[in-house]
Amino acid sequence: MKPNNVQTPSATFPLEVKGITAAYRDKPVLWDVSFQVPEGQLVAIVGPNGAGKTTLLKIIMDLMQPAAGRATVYGRPFSKARQWVGYVPQRGSVDWDFPTNALDVVQMGLYGRLGWFRRPGRKERETAMQCLEKVGMADFADRQISQLSGGQQQRVFLARALAQDARLYLTDEPFAGVDYKTEQAIVALLRELKATGSTVVVVHHDLGTVSDYFDRVVLLNKSLVAEGPVEEAFTPENVAAAYGGGVKYLAGAK
Amino acid sequence: MSADLIIVLTAVLVAIPCALLGTLLVLRQMSMMGDAISHAVLPGIVIAFFISESLGALTSLIGAGVFGLLTAVLVEALRNTGRVKEDSSIGIVFTALFALGVFLVSKFAREVHLDLNHVLYGEIAFAPLNSLLVGGVELGPRSLWAMGIVTALAVGMVLLLYKELKIATFDPGLAAAIGLSPVLVHYLLMGAVSVTTVGAFDSVGAIVVVAFLIVPPATAYLLVDRLSHMMALAVLLGAGSAVVGYYLAAVFDVAIAGMMAVVAGGFFVLALLFSPSRGLIANLRRQRRNRRSFARGLLLAKLAGLGDRATTEEELVHHLSWDSDDVSRALQDASSDGLIRRSEVGEVVLTDEGQVTAHRVVENNAAAI
Amino acid sequence: MIDLLRDLFFDYTIRNVALGAAILGVVGGTLGCFAILRRQGLFGDALAHATLPGVCVAFILSGAKTPIVLMSGAALTAGLGALLILTIVHRTRIKQDAALGIVLSVFFGAGAVLITYIGGSGSGNQSGLDRFIFGQAATIVRDDVITMGILASLALLVVVLLFKEFKLLSFDPAFAASLGFPVGRLNVLLTMLIVVAVIIGIQAVGVVLMAAMLIIPAASARQWTDRLGTMITISGLFGALSGVSGALISATGANLPTGPLIVLSATALLVVSLFLGRSQGFLWSWIGSRRNRRNVLSNTDPSIPYRGGVG
Repeated sequence: MKPNNVQTPSATFPLEVKGITAAYRDKPVLWDVSFQVPEGQLVAIVGPNGAGKTTLLKIIMDLMQPAAGRATVYGRPFSKARQWVGYVPQRGSVDWDFPTNALDVVQMGLYGRLGWFRRPGRKERETAMQCLEKVGMADFADRQISQLSGGQQQRVFLARALAQDARLYLTDEPFAGVDYKTEQAIVALLRELKATGSTVVVVHHDLGTVSDYFDRVVLLNKSLVAEGPVEEAFTPENVAAAYGGGVKYLAGAK
Repeated sequence: MSADLIIVLTAVLVAIPCALLGTLLVLRQMSMMGDAISHAVLPGIVIAFFISESLGALTSLIGAGVFGLLTAVLVEALRNTGRVKEDSSIGIVFTALFALGVFLVSKFAREVHLDLNHVLYGEIAFAPLNSLLVGGVELGPRSLWAMGIVTALAVGMVLLLYKELKIATFDPGLAAAIGLSPVLVHYLLMGAVSVTTVGAFDSVGAIVVVAFLIVPPATAYLLVDRLSHMMALAVLLGAGSAVVGYYLAAVFDVAIAGMMAVVAGGFFVLALLFSPSRGLIANLRRQRRNRRSFARGLLLAKLAGLGDRATTEEELVHHLSWDSDDVSRALQDASSDGLIRRSEVGEVVLTDEGQVTAHRVVENNAAAI
Repeated sequence: MIDLLRDLFFDYTIRNVALGAAILGVVGGTLGCFAILRRQGLFGDALAHATLPGVCVAFILSGAKTPIVLMSGAALTAGLGALLILTIVHRTRIKQDAALGIVLSVFFGAGAVLITYIGGSGSGNQSGLDRFIFGQAATIVRDDVITMGILASLALLVVVLLFKEFKLLSFDPAFAASLGFPVGRLNVLLTMLIVVAVIIGIQAVGVVLMAAMLIIPAASARQWTDRLGTMITISGLFGALSGVSGALISATGANLPTGPLIVLSATALLVVSLFLGRSQGFLWSWIGSRRNRRNVLSNTDPSIPYRGGVG
């Protein structure tokens, strides 16, 4: 929880995962996963259900201990780099009936910078308002969050991550349960972030849109199947390998 | 029958239906409904008393049963408004009904013998004293009859509807799809819990009913995995708590029902700490063991991946990007298992056995390429 | 009515009881908001029962019935119970409902054992027990009110200072952790504040009804607002109102137990709130649905918000 004006080290990767192995009871859910995410890229982490995508995200953010390996953000452990990270959890992970409105949720993105005890004030309100504007939700600032549609809720979560003013964004299934229009709006927003030099990592499950939306892909199924620029790594063979051949990916369809 | 035997037998007869129904409550995450119902029946008993003007066993049973089901209905209704969460609904309904019960007792039933402590707390020591009289014929202790019938009903229900209860508990969607109403199952279970509670609290009291409902099934849940095993083990644990609790209470001359709850709690703590599959200690050891075996596996896989090229410890540290201490320990583990050996110049080489293990590790953990 | 209000200010007993109940109402209402939003509404029930063995042990060790000693004992075992619940939920596959039930029944059973041990008799229930279980509001004296007031102020101070942190923890713990807030420790702290509320409450409403003081005012307040700060304020007010009215009603006649009347007052407020509550009340949603239907008939208005269920 340091002020955000610290420059990120330029020579290191925004995200580097080294040999991460993790288990649930006796069963490994991640096995020796290593990859690097270069600066300014839109990266999808793709894999079947239970491939360890969310577990990986948790380990990256220090919410869970791996059995082996480590992840670093700009060359540092997460605890010393969190001021550069914005996080968008799965929309379903919170209770949207909580008594709060959209603007208030976005202000939560500033809590880390505020530190202990201090309350958000006018400056924080203004920052939050700007973030809501960026996601096209300014008109809904005072709306109780349960009255928002799924897509609107997702945009509020993104606005909260924007408020974190991060260099690396970690987002968990931002397209889950949103309509086509919202999906396009979110993609546009992620591209905008990329254009300003930020790095965006997205846990993603829709194989059909990977090549359209992302620069790089990490194909995961417990261990790393392939990783790299989409055109190199996202081949039908690799996808079939990640999904055990159970899914016929229509490479020619796009 | 000796008084001791009657008391222990009554308690065991409370423990059996509680264990069977409690297993379902614990798995359905509705344990606190047991607590709620056991308290919320109070106004039912009071009102039944007003109606019948005597504490006849049957009227109070009916009154309590009605309020038990009413609790389940009200909780469900409140939750379905969408304005109150489920746990809050439970808390609201049972405290409101209990407050109503205490109010009614204090205001209108002070003079009569309706001891609130007795309801909450029971007095199993009295079990041998109350005999069931039918047409002037003494048929033995009332509590034994009451709990015998309750136990028979509960065991009968679980045996007859085992399949249905199981499906409705583990897969409500599937249950609905095959025409098994989850709502019906819910109320059936709540009804059974009400009857058990009502039948039992006369002898052991509300709190110990809660203990018998929740603690043995939760203990079993830490030890076994299958529903049938869980029920059987919960019955054993419940009955064991009753017997051991009784004799400990006799030795120390303390509350019998309370001691049974404490013994049930003791069994739970033992399972919590020492369960070989799910205990806290086993979990810690598993974590440590996993760490080591994963490290060893990763090391072997890495060595196999590097092929026949000789590898020094420093190189391994680099390739695995681990701390050198971790690498040293993994090397030690692998070496003491005979999976690697050192060459004359100190390089690390896989033994034949190590080669086999390495391939197995890679095969087991690599994605299906 | 006038007499009653005069008594409220001048009658020593009624004043103390009403003040004590009001303090409990404010603290219960405040902490209850976090409790019900975090689905820990029934923690109050379990922890209230878990105070019994502590009271007994404190009595056995000190041999005195000094409130502060008994309260410390109560706090100790309730705190222990709270940690046990959190450990069970966190470290095993047993869910919160069962963990609550285990602590509730086993601790209370242990208390029952200790009480008979104190009484030196294995058969009878001790007279002190029912007063503990059902509350003994009439025995609240000035010193009790002062103790309650100090504890309450401390608890409320912590809530005021850490409002932002508690809100974030309650809404989105994973995000809070990603920002670097010590989620586990905040969780324990918030649970310990519930222990404080329970300690304040058992003397007034008793063990069984303590859960009501945490849940009912908060659930009522939720019907009137969509903002957490406002909800806490209303909830505290409702709690205090229930406490004072329960105390006053019980003062109007003989054989009117204070604790249950406080809870029944709170329940009455809840029923009113459910029907009239501004943001979510039945009445308004009924009117709203009629109006919406008319709107839909006349023109399709896309601005009508999606109304999510309050699962």
